Amino acid sequence: MAYVVPRPNLTWKEKIYLPSIVAGLAITFKHIRRMLSGQTKVVMQYPEEKWDASMPEHYRGAPTLVKDEHDRERCVACQLCEFICPPRAITIIPEEIPAESKFAKVEKRPKEFEIDMIRCIYCGLCEEVCPEQAIYLRKDYAITGLSRAEMKHDKAKLYELGGVMEGLVHKWNPKK
Amino acid sequence: MDFLTSPDFWFLTGTSLAKTIFLIFLVVLPMVSYTVYAERRVSALIQDRLGPNRTGFPLSLIPGFKKDFSPFLGGLGQPVADAVKFLLKEDFVPAHVNKLYFWLAPTLAMMPALVTLAAIPFGSTILGVPMVVANINVGLLFMFAISSVGVYGIVLAGWSSNSKYPFLGGIRSSSQMISYELGMGLSAVPVLLIASTTSLPNIVEYQIQNGWLLLPFTNGVFSIQKLLLWIPVFIAFVTFTIAMFAETNRLPFDLPESETELVAGYHTEYSSMKFALFFLGEYTAMIAGSALIVVLFLGGYHIPFIPNGDGKGGLSFLHVIPGTVWGIVNITAFFAKVAALLFVFIWVRWTLPRFRYDQLMKLGWLYIFEIALANIFLTAGILAFTK
Repeated sequence: MAYVVPRPNLTWKEKIYLPSIVAGLAITFKHIRRMLSGQTKVVMQYPEEKWDASMPEHYRGAPTLVKDEHDRERCVACQLCEFICPPRAITIIPEEIPAESKFAKVEKRPKEFEIDMIRCIYCGLCEEVCPEQAIYLRKDYAITGLSRAEMKHDKAKLYELGGVMEGLVHKWNPKK
Repeated sequence: MDFLTSPDFWFLTGTSLAKTIFLIFLVVLPMVSYTVYAERRVSALIQDRLGPNRTGFPLSLIPGFKKDFSPFLGGLGQPVADAVKFLLKEDFVPAHVNKLYFWLAPTLAMMPALVTLAAIPFGSTILGVPMVVANINVGLLFMFAISSVGVYGIVLAGWSSNSKYPFLGGIRSSSQMISYELGMGLSAVPVLLIASTTSLPNIVEYQIQNGWLLLPFTNGVFSIQKLLLWIPVFIAFVTFTIAMFAETNRLPFDLPESETELVAGYHTEYSSMKFALFFLGEYTAMIAGSALIVVLFLGGYHIPFIPNGDGKGGLSFLHVIPGTVWGIVNITAFFAKVAALLFVFIWVRWTLPRFRYDQLMKLGWLYIFEIALANIFLTAGILAFTK
């Protein structure tokens, strides 16, 4: 049996369209007015405005290497981060610290420490696994480069991004 | 033959050429590209976005400049960037098209819109030269005749593309534009009855003497005839504007394009500058249409109490300033009115959804056509009884 869809009974106002057209124009004009008077909040204008200030404490940005307050590289080249890194972005070549160095007691340091930022997935496992608290995910998120080589962060770049971290583990500090 | 060698002829040729170059290259084409920009910005404002606000003029490419120049609103370089993009894109002609008509169609979409501008009086006079390229006594008929050639561009584009979506778009546009041409022509007849002339400069002249047709008391004289005539004039204005929307294929009448159904309608197969010609043709037709509405209903270049370019009319103490200044003021006023109407075009486009095809035909043939026809008799009756 056929089901008859009841058609709505339109009033003459609705039939001649014009009042609803005027109402629609009024609505769109209200939007223009609100935009022009700044009442409508629109998207952030990215390069000029950034959300750095409201970034959460736990934000995982680019991984970096840090030094301690005595300017010692915290990394002892144990290579745990290299082994745990899921996308295998980290490459470490260890070397022995020469005997005449004042940090000779630490024995090892990275000769090369490379993080391929094209591979990095910002998971933070390297930071979690590090027994020396030497690798930290900082808040830099706009990692760009014009070539693949540029996207490989070497040791110098990683220390530049990381800077100094104080008051963490002190096991290599002779005074403590 | 004597006329062809006389200085009058050279004066006429020179001034016409100067007027054409001024109108087309200095006013209309920049206006077209900035209408496209305005379309994007206004649509963005309506939809609570910002729109293109980045592209400045690339001064940083020139040595010595540090930053791009992007004045007040930002993004004013966008039309230039768009033009460069259109010029540099690959001009692809599909193998299955009918080459001759495929090449002919974009020009046929652009040219009629530009040619119609010839009859538009865009200003009073400057140094005694009337600001209309072709002062012909059948100006309005010329406008209708030439603008109806515009349908060939779309139909040929749809047909020669040899593909289903352009074909459907072409069919739709031909029926739509032919249907609404009737309504548009009939809507303009009350104006002709009232002004008793088809020459566009004379219609403007009539409105300067007797007040704008849509605002009849702008000359400061009250009369019961004008009050009565305002009713049919308003009806004519509404039907004429609606028909103009349909003629220029603007939403809510953009069935020939209707990108949700027909990809891009009649210009689906076009790319690069050929597509741009359709695009520019549409906007030029919008400007020509707005200019016609301004001339017929909104007093053309006239502002109340402002003298003409010959230094006559208006308030007498303004006659101290030379007429040339007022001539320039008139031209500015004309294009300001056109720009206001263009804003209405854009505003309506981003408010209303598209008509269904049968609704479009019903509106054109059952309402606009009938109302315009009845309106003629109403106007004639009022004119006959209030004489």
